[in-house]
Amino acid sequence: MDNISLIGLASIITAGITIAIGSVGPALGEGRAVAQALAAIAQQPDESGTITRTLFVGLAMIESTAIYCFVISMILIFANPFWDFVIK
Amino acid sequence: MDVMRLKDISPDTVVFWQWGWVSLNATIVFTWAVMGLLVIITLLGTSNLTSETRFSRWQNLLEVLVNGMRDQIAEISPEKPRRYLPFVGTLFLFIALSNLLTLIPGFVPPTASLSTTAALAILVFVAVPVYGIVDQGLGGYLRHYIKPTPLMLPFHVMGELSRTLALAVRLFGNIMSGTKIAAILLVVMPLFFPVVMQALGLLTGLIQAYIFAVLAMVYIASATQARRQREEKYAGLAGPQEEPTQEPQ
Repeated sequence: MDNISLIGLASIITAGITIAIGSVGPALGEGRAVAQALAAIAQQPDESGTITRTLFVGLAMIESTAIYCFVISMILIFANPFWDFVIK
Repeated sequence: MDVMRLKDISPDTVVFWQWGWVSLNATIVFTWAVMGLLVIITLLGTSNLTSETRFSRWQNLLEVLVNGMRDQIAEISPEKPRRYLPFVGTLFLFIALSNLLTLIPGFVPPTASLSTTAALAILVFVAVPVYGIVDQGLGGYLRHYIKPTPLMLPFHVMGELSRTLALAVRLFGNIMSGTKIAAILLVVMPLFFPVVMQALGLLTGLIQAYIFAVLAMVYIASATQARRQREEKYAGLAGPQEEPTQEPQ
């Protein structure tokens, strides 16, 4: 197997695995956070503004890990430096 | 996606005009377009301000925006929200407008470039110590780095660096993924589905702008918070005070 197909193979498979694993964890975490926030709002509807704001900030924090994985997989697919090197 | 090809991951690589080593790429052009639009809208809105009961709709829009941002800032940092309004509000307006304008065909949001988001995150990185030093002096600000023990110094420094990186990459990743997914779906399934993803992108863009501004405000508030805690402690030591007016609901 030559270098081009090897690098292409590794990049595509790694990109798929990256986004798959990287989306499972934050999805579980975000689901848990939203469930807790809904329970808290149901108990204390008066505090829904504070809870919602904190929830959004927390969700952004959790989601950023998934975004890192997405950026990595995007780089692997669209802007892979090794691929560019081999192609050139 | 006329301007950006599918393979381009950043609008920095789209060069409109080049002269020697001076090049004008899509990020700069659209950044200036967004800034110009903001200035024009603001000039239109503030050209004939009035306190009558009948006022223009531009003034209404700006009042709603400024009041909303001030209320949000006041919820995070109750004292002196006006002081943080120019910085945090400008961040929010710029990011929100550039994310919302994704709807216009041919417009590439400047926030989909890592250069823009890194610049915005560095602004926050610089603004936090500036507000902290203005609020509690150089020594008072530097003291919070060694707050529990001096052992925490490297963790504080690393925390500041990593949260700056997280701010930049979060905004870039979200907006870039929005435009990229729309472009990919346009290739795969061009009929209806990209419209739904664009609508979702609008929501994501506004939420990201909100989150960027709120996180910037939270960081600034955490840098200026130490003094308030100390004052509360001294107020508690000085003697029995009247009950705090804000009671937990």
